[in-house]
Amino acid sequence: MIGLKANFKYNICWFIIMITGFYLMNTLIMVGLVDSFIENMFVMIWINIILATGLNLIIGFAGQFSLGHAGFMAIGAYTTAIITQKAVSIGGFYVSFIVGMIIAVIAALLVGIPTLRLRGDYLAIATMGAAEIIRIIINNMKITNGPAGMFNIPQFATWPIVYVMMCITTIVTVNFINSRGGRVIKSVREDEIAAEAMGINTTKWKLAAFVLGAATAAIAGSLHASYLQTIAPNDFGIMESISILIIVVLGGVGSVTGTFVAAVVLGVLDTVLQDFGTLRMVIYAAALILIMVFKPSGLLGTREISIRRLFSYIKRRSV
Amino acid sequence: MTTILKVDKLVKKFGGLTAVSNVSMQLNEDELVALIGPNGAGKTTVFNLLTGVISQSSGKICFREREEMISLNNKKAYQIANMGCARTFQNIRLFKNMTVLDNVLVAMTNQYKEGFFKSVLRFPSFYRTEDEILKKARALLAIFDLDKDMYKLASNLPYGIQRRLEIVRGLAMKPKILFLDEPAAGMNPEETADLTRLIRKIQKEFHITVLLIEHDMSLVMNLAERIYVLDQGKMLAEGTPNEIQQDKAVIKAYLGEEG
Amino acid sequence: MQIFFQQVINGLSLGSIYALLALGYTMVYGIIKLINFAHGDIYMLGAFWGYYVINVWHFNFVLALLSAMVVCGLSGVIIEYLAYRPLRHSPRITALITAIGVSFFLENGMSYLFGSNARDFPQAVKQVNYNIGGVRISNIQLEILLTSCILMLILQLIIKRTKMGRAMRAVSVDNAAAELVGVDLNRTISFTFALGSAMAGAAGVMIGLYYNSIDPLMGLTPGIKAFVAAVVGGIGSVPGASLGGFLIGLLETLVQSIGLSAYKDAVVYVVLIVILLIRPMGIFGKNVKEKV
Repeated sequence: MIGLKANFKYNICWFIIMITGFYLMNTLIMVGLVDSFIENMFVMIWINIILATGLNLIIGFAGQFSLGHAGFMAIGAYTTAIITQKAVSIGGFYVSFIVGMIIAVIAALLVGIPTLRLRGDYLAIATMGAAEIIRIIINNMKITNGPAGMFNIPQFATWPIVYVMMCITTIVTVNFINSRGGRVIKSVREDEIAAEAMGINTTKWKLAAFVLGAATAAIAGSLHASYLQTIAPNDFGIMESISILIIVVLGGVGSVTGTFVAAVVLGVLDTVLQDFGTLRMVIYAAALILIMVFKPSGLLGTREISIRRLFSYIKRRSV
Repeated sequence: MTTILKVDKLVKKFGGLTAVSNVSMQLNEDELVALIGPNGAGKTTVFNLLTGVISQSSGKICFREREEMISLNNKKAYQIANMGCARTFQNIRLFKNMTVLDNVLVAMTNQYKEGFFKSVLRFPSFYRTEDEILKKARALLAIFDLDKDMYKLASNLPYGIQRRLEIVRGLAMKPKILFLDEPAAGMNPEETADLTRLIRKIQKEFHITVLLIEHDMSLVMNLAERIYVLDQGKMLAEGTPNEIQQDKAVIKAYLGEEG
Repeated sequence: MQIFFQQVINGLSLGSIYALLALGYTMVYGIIKLINFAHGDIYMLGAFWGYYVINVWHFNFVLALLSAMVVCGLSGVIIEYLAYRPLRHSPRITALITAIGVSFFLENGMSYLFGSNARDFPQAVKQVNYNIGGVRISNIQLEILLTSCILMLILQLIIKRTKMGRAMRAVSVDNAAAELVGVDLNRTISFTFALGSAMAGAAGVMIGLYYNSIDPLMGLTPGIKAFVAAVVGGIGSVPGASLGGFLIGLLETLVQSIGLSAYKDAVVYVVLIVILLIRPMGIFGKNVKEKV
């Protein structure tokens, strides 16, 4: 029997790992082992983790196949770009965060309320369409500077901010999954009819997962815009939604730690292959096909890397 | 005796086919009633109508809530469930990739509240609610001897235990009525005997109304206080097990003309 | 009015290309429930094959079209054999990611081998414009319309009248049952891929002729549009895919002609969502309810 007290202990362990990660990164930058190129790689990996964890919540835990994640990311990115260009201050940056999340939540409600009735691939294609509509609207607005995109966005999102935001969104998502809400959305994934028979308003809970995922995507978008300082509507097209989906499936649908592993693997692979030019994407594609063929349920499947299991493993070893 | 569920002239048509026609029935508090009938008689359709999975073409279903009979027409399945109607399914619908404990906790969803911020930020009150509800769930599982399998995935349980878990999951909702759709299907005689004891126990300890669909006559005659017989969508007979066993129309429906 | 008919003609030509592509999506989805993301890239392969044989071997249009169909059909079969067959019993989302991988592989492989810039498609057919009551129709447009209609007719005949077609229909209803009554599952699926990919190859050659320009990424957008067309028509339904294709083509050109070309894709997606909300299974799709 694992009591909640023990759970608390493991939570503390995760917390220590997060802090260690932060100081490790800090030290590596100080001694010069991590240059701006590598730092950029890490930040992009962390932003991808935020995106993919949110999408995993929707696909892996609530069982709703969404292909429109990039649309919500675009909303966050453009909100931050517009607000911080007008109000150049760290305060403006945080305000843009909140505003971006609110707009993304509203958009998610508008998209989700009608479409979440659809199932499987139909939902995927409808959400993809919705995200494209968002992108096309941005593409044609004056305030977003149309297809050319926005430049010289003030950089407030430094690596520590991105790192901390990644930790926070992950904690929130994982804690949600391991609570009443998480159990409910998993039951909706498992069997909608049975969940309804248990008194669960499945529409409401699907929407809850969808909205939470969208809000984290908006955060990732804000960080993306502020860190890279340049955005264009085409950064948030179908291909971006797909590359987030790839991280989720590669890591294992329904495994948060799998998402971390996949985001790191793909991020590093991408950086290592930089020197190969066009061949880079060919190798990437071939790697993707091979991993899927030989590990169809993703790198971790639905399993999680758990400190609890690590502890009991060490205990067994030392006895 | 108070009536808890009243069904009045229920009709369900699928296109040109009338699956349920003019069915009326009524269930009383603490009663154990069986709904029997040959294959294709429309028993499961009646269950689906009662629990709101499908909606009726005409007729009325009323359910007693706070001393009042409330119409279930236009109510969604989850709303009906929340009023106190739990059910099991003919082809077991457990949350297969979730643990036994989680299956029961999902059924208890509406008995506790964890605010979003309280749970994602892990306030102390979150741990308190969680401890409390866990205790309740574990106690319930212990009554039915499922506590030792608490952390197993539902799909890894043997068939008979899965059936039992589905019933316990229904009970976890604290229902006023429990609808059991062929609980003994696919069970061997020994498992059926276990099930009979289980249903008796539920009735005695939880004081709820049970309506069950069943083909196993030994179980039905053993348990039911009253029996409704459905044939080709129509209500053929109603009575005590003894009355039903001697009813000419029922015998004919089951054994054909020569019977 | 003239402008309207002009747009209808243009829309039908574009729509017939979408329809040909949508057929491949719908057949493959119908039979193995896979969104074959690489389908648009097969169409790109078809266009490049046409480019090559017309330029180098001086094939005429018909020969280029037929040879592209054969080559694309073969590539479809090979892709299915190597990338999708091992995953037939895996989660469907895995197969989808593999299909995306195949798509990336074809796009970038072609970019790597032949360069990523656009190239002019050779004029295998000399363009002649006819003027009918003020509406301009080119012989290329007519050829596209005619060829697509003939191909769709042939496809419909194969599916409805041949033994293989019957096997395809059986597998799409229930592949386990089909196998039990002696349908060779692997052969049927290969055949479906061959047929669908051949259609895409034909569409590729024709679009090259129509737009005069091809590049390795040309399959992406039409691929997605054609999939939308298949969903709108009711995925799994052959007449539905044709209708959906024409519908999307017409819609796009009409929206463009009223000066909203920046929003033409948005309108397509709005129509998609609206149709899915009214008829979740598409126009010709069958509504399958889960049994409780």
